[in-house]
Amino acid sequence: MPLTNMKKLTLLLLMLCSISVAMAQPGQDVEMADALRSSGKIYVVILTICIIFTGLAIFLFSMDRRLKKLEKDN
Amino acid sequence: MKFIYQTWWKVIAVLLVLSTFVTGLLFKVPRLPIIHETIRNLYFHVPMWMGMLTVFVVSVYYSIKYLRSGKEEYDIAAVECVNTGLVFYVMGLCTGMLWAKYTWGEFWSGDAKQNSAAIAFLLYCAYLVLRNSMDEEQKRAKISAIYNIFAFPVMIVLIFVLPRMTASLHPGSGGNPAFGKYDLDNGMKLAFYPAMLGWSFIALWIATLRYRMRLIEYKKNAID
Repeated sequence: MPLTNMKKLTLLLLMLCSISVAMAQPGQDVEMADALRSSGKIYVVILTICIIFTGLAIFLFSMDRRLKKLEKDN
Repeated sequence: MKFIYQTWWKVIAVLLVLSTFVTGLLFKVPRLPIIHETIRNLYFHVPMWMGMLTVFVVSVYYSIKYLRSGKEEYDIAAVECVNTGLVFYVMGLCTGMLWAKYTWGEFWSGDAKQNSAAIAFLLYCAYLVLRNSMDEEQKRAKISAIYNIFAFPVMIVLIFVLPRMTASLHPGSGGNPAFGKYDLDNGMKLAFYPAMLGWSFIALWIATLRYRMRLIEYKKNAID
């Protein structure tokens, strides 16, 4: 049974697609240029500590302001 | 109440937390895929929740004490504990979101643990809104004490019980092991337990400072 031109074209496209899928297999490691993911993601831990300290610092400043008000009234 | 004016436990708390900056960042941890070094967040993210829990428990204790005695100081202690707890709450949420971004892929992935933590956060925000909506002192103290006593178990269920019963990415949920088994075979508890204890007492210390400030404010208002 002869294939029509349309069918041939579809087959070609399908094969091309399957090849491109096969070729696009990612390598073993997809290392991205992402600073926080480098060095075993240790910078995530550093940033976590920074968040905690920043939170505490903001909290301290707010308490400082409150105490100042209290002192001024005396 | 003499305990809150003593210094020794504050020094111990500071030393405990200080030690975890060294032990937590230098000690050996298990090599796990995806998590990598972020497992060290265990010493900083989890203690935030422990600190929050400590002050919320103290807050409930003082709410009950208030209802039994009607002393204004107990109400002040309860509200300042909640204020401090909420700051630790926010720090726990933010550090958790950052950790989630680099292990789960998104800051907020609608995970059961994250969603119920957000709901419980609103629950406690409602406590503060409720307080501020009432002018009459005794009524405010009484209603908010009752609200606080009921909000606490709901918060516990939302954060610590419900996410564990459904599928969640968070360790300790949905048959997914917590880090418990790792700290037993590695020296991780050497840094983890001091962090938990230290941060709890730091939270308590901040709450007592705020309590003392508010007590002065209250006494001054009473004189005026």
